[in-house]
Amino acid sequence: MIGKLRGFGAFWYDFIVGDDWLVGLGVLLALAITYAASRITDAPVWWIVVAAVAILLPHSVFRATRHRR
Amino acid sequence: MTNSALFMAVFLACAVEAVEALTIVLAAGTARDWRSSIAGLLAGMVTLAAVVALLGPALSAIPLDGLRLFVGGLLLVFGLQWLRKAILRASGHRALHDEAMVFESTLAAARRAGVQRRGPVLDWYAFTLSYKGVLLEGLEVAFIALTFGANQHNIPLAAAAAVAAVLVVAVVGMAVRAPLSRVPENSMKFAVGVMLIAFGMFWGAEGAGAHWPLDDAALLVLVPAVALYALALVALFRRRSANASPLNADVATTERATHS
Repeated sequence: MIGKLRGFGAFWYDFIVGDDWLVGLGVLLALAITYAASRITDAPVWWIVVAAVAILLPHSVFRATRHRR
Repeated sequence: MTNSALFMAVFLACAVEAVEALTIVLAAGTARDWRSSIAGLLAGMVTLAAVVALLGPALSAIPLDGLRLFVGGLLLVFGLQWLRKAILRASGHRALHDEAMVFESTLAAARRAGVQRRGPVLDWYAFTLSYKGVLLEGLEVAFIALTFGANQHNIPLAAAAAVAAVLVVAVVGMAVRAPLSRVPENSMKFAVGVMLIAFGMFWGAEGAGAHWPLDDAALLVLVPAVALYALALVALFRRRSANASPLNADVATTERATHS
């Protein structure tokens, strides 16, 4: 039973988080910061998610190439 | 723009996954038993339809800002994964997905397994191989189709794109009766990754309270900007791959040649 539950959890972790957990964490942080910033300031905050993607994508590719060596 | 982009993104995503599922179903049918393989395919599609039928109304009930935040985050995570794999393959760091090779290895594994009958299913191995292939390849695109459709308030269009992609792949697969190894899977994955990231950024930021300059027209900037950025990353990592090892450079050159 525990093995099945563990397998179920592992399936969803792999399905949503995938190979690089930092991507999921980075997206979560970027959206949380955007949400908090939009509540405390009238300044544009759309760029936070753009900046996060600009950093996360090459970082994730770089991590994958480094693991392969 | 958004409706045509919705159709294209869902169609391409479903087509890529349908090609991969077709390879598994073909291998299970060829090596084992066609009736069990097709039963697995149908059972997988019924399970997917049940997931969509359960999740569709649930997603439609979420308030728009919450939905955009949740869906935007999910699309961003999926998009970054798809695009990372596409960049790794295009830059020569990972071999291109070869359906013919996948077919041969699945065929060999299927031939080694023993035959076991369970209830009306003549060959349980062929059934489960086919079922798992369809369900696992289809689950992600079912999420993509549902979330795109719910956000655009156009689940029927997303469903039409998904069904059209599956039908096209199924008809071509039946005609060819071989894995569709000439489909440019990596280019399609690249395009879907770009769309998922652009829409994920747009909806995620809007759901979190941001306002985009140009409103909906911001997508007209985001999609090409993400594509150009990803292409620049392919060039950068291809150069790194070539510098790291002459062998990698040869692989990258060969793969570029076979892929173009």
